[in-house]
Amino acid sequence: MTMINVKVAAIEQVTPLVKHFTFVKEDGSSLPAFSGGSHVVVSIDIGGRVHRNPYSLMGSPMENEAYHISVRRQENSRGGSVFMHENVTVGMPLKITYPMNLFSLAKKGRKHILIAGGIGITPFMSQIADLKRMGANYELHYAFRSPEHGAFAAQLKESCGDHLHCYIDSNATRLDLQALLSDQPLGTHVYVCGPSAMVVATLETARNLGWPENHIHSEQFLSPPIGEPFKIQLARSNVEIQVSAEMSMLEAIEAAGVEADFLCRGGVCGRCELDVLETDGALLHNDHFLTDSEKASCKKIMPCVSRAKGERLVLDL
Amino acid sequence: MALNFKKETFREDYTYSNSDAAIKRFPFPFPEDQYMYSVNIEPHTKGKQGSVCEFTFDIDEHYVAECIDKKITLEQDPGRYQALPHMMDAQWDFVELTMGALAQDYPEHFTLQKQGLIWTWENKPLGIKDTFTFGDTSTLAAEPFDYIGRQLQGDFVLLDHRDETLYADAGIVTSQADWSLAFNVGMSWREWHGPVPRATELGVMDRALKYLLNLQIGSPVRRLNWTMTVNPRLDTSPENYPHWGSDRNTVNAENIGDLVHLRVELQTLFRLPRSNAIVFSIRCYLINLKDIAIYPCWAKRLHRVQKTMHPDLIEYKGMTKFHPMMVDWLAKFDDGETLAIGTQPE
Ligand code: FES
Repeated sequence: MTMINVKVAAIEQVTPLVKHFTFVKEDGSSLPAFSGGSHVVVSIDIGGRVHRNPYSLMGSPMENEAYHISVRRQENSRGGSVFMHENVTVGMPLKITYPMNLFSLAKKGRKHILIAGGIGITPFMSQIADLKRMGANYELHYAFRSPEHGAFAAQLKESCGDHLHCYIDSNATRLDLQALLSDQPLGTHVYVCGPSAMVVATLETARNLGWPENHIHSEQFLSPPIGEPFKIQLARSNVEIQVSAEMSMLEAIEAAGVEADFLCRGGVCGRCELDVLETDGALLHNDHFLTDSEKASCKKIMPCVSRAKGERLVLDL
Repeated sequence: MALNFKKETFREDYTYSNSDAAIKRFPFPFPEDQYMYSVNIEPHTKGKQGSVCEFTFDIDEHYVAECIDKKITLEQDPGRYQALPHMMDAQWDFVELTMGALAQDYPEHFTLQKQGLIWTWENKPLGIKDTFTFGDTSTLAAEPFDYIGRQLQGDFVLLDHRDETLYADAGIVTSQADWSLAFNVGMSWREWHGPVPRATELGVMDRALKYLLNLQIGSPVRRLNWTMTVNPRLDTSPENYPHWGSDRNTVNAENIGDLVHLRVELQTLFRLPRSNAIVFSIRCYLINLKDIAIYPCWAKRLHRVQKTMHPDLIEYKGMTKFHPMMVDWLAKFDDGETLAIGTQPE
């Protein structure tokens, strides 16, 4: 996979839990342009183990001198976000992938409703720049826990004006999805990014109200869940690999020196898909890519987020 | 190295021909004795010096003549250029990609000067020099995709990525092979890739689509496709069938080596950064049987490939009329020697 060498140009604490990182190219040249809603995968080495995590690009897609990401500290995660918060310093070199977009704006949409919860605001930051440039009709609905957690609320107020609607839990202001989605003109698209309960509620409300499936967009990167350790066999590479509790299957495969495809590392894009040749136990599918029937068939698995239970899992790799 | 652009035609008197160097670099598409339809996509990385894949976009000795032919086709049928309004970001992305690549790879022929968003583009072979504001369509005499599309060899389609598929929402198409369906803007991947015999059954198109939906910025891909045509005609579109369809009846055992051409398409696909659209570029190369036969291993290979061609494909590729004659003509070059896998001329 082609990676870009960047270095950290600035770090800013935006809320008690969120840090904002600015990256520039290590050689000082410009970064590739991108489209609103894109993300990059940041690769960091923690004690000899490479972690790769996807983060949305937040800056304006028109600006290609620097990339901006924000990272929320996840205490009980496998260390990626904690490392970003504690160990990454200004000037440090990092590797990132080229931007890719799994959450793009529907350019033919007549109106765009963006719904963000907490750190889920990040992909919308670049989309708003695109929507403003195109002169599109949009509304941004941004929900967060308490005023000090509203990362970017002030900045957004400035750039979006009346298009921004904030909902703050601690002030008991709530977003009424039913009301919001019941009364929209034909050709409106809805986009949601945030905690899983919010994503599910938005998708269900929209579907129940009869929104066409291709007008409903969501992005929810999964972090690979922690689980029980298990063993896998790679048939073509002829190796057996132990997947530890806090490692993903994809990470374990990479750590064993076997090359595997990936793009999003969050169970969304489908690129890492592997064929299951043999299995004696349950596959714990955690991805958003495979269909329910594919999951039930036990013939395919997405190693970036999924795991297994059982003694034997043979993969075609 | 400066290229020598030839004066030649792709219609009426057909003065098109390949120089020795052009024959040698021809992208011969058959690595094995038997042709198998496959997606055969590979990364579009820098190829060998002098090869058609050396640069992002290949410019060769036919460049000027091809641009003139494209202009004639567009004048006769302005509908060969179409772009839906939501593709404007993709149009500018395309301008940036193509002008940047040409200026970098062929500095003696093309230059691009940028002062912020004020760009000056010079195309010396076609005698064009314009200054415009990047992103501001009113500063160019034509839509940006139309403007630069006319200054490139080959066809281009801009694919919008939405609803888990790709829509051909803009195109400049003047040298298409006789596709089974006329190109129409707004078509989805599935409609556009209509029925390719053998391929649909194999699920090749679905797999290719899945692959392309994950195409990344900075990692373009390419594949070769081929057909055979009578005369070095670029515009073999279904609309113009009356002008060229009857050419097939003129082939005989004496003239077949001059008249029948192998037509190879170098297809490249690029993810565009700001629009998240994909460029599908189809660059066409033509060579007649006589020139192929200059290299014995090519003649032998082509003979074997054609001899074992599935009848459905012979029909699909429009070769029915002259196919047996072509196999006979090629047979005299084939001594049965075992050929190594590969497409090298020597
Ligand atoms: S890498 Fe995207 S689904 Fe696994």
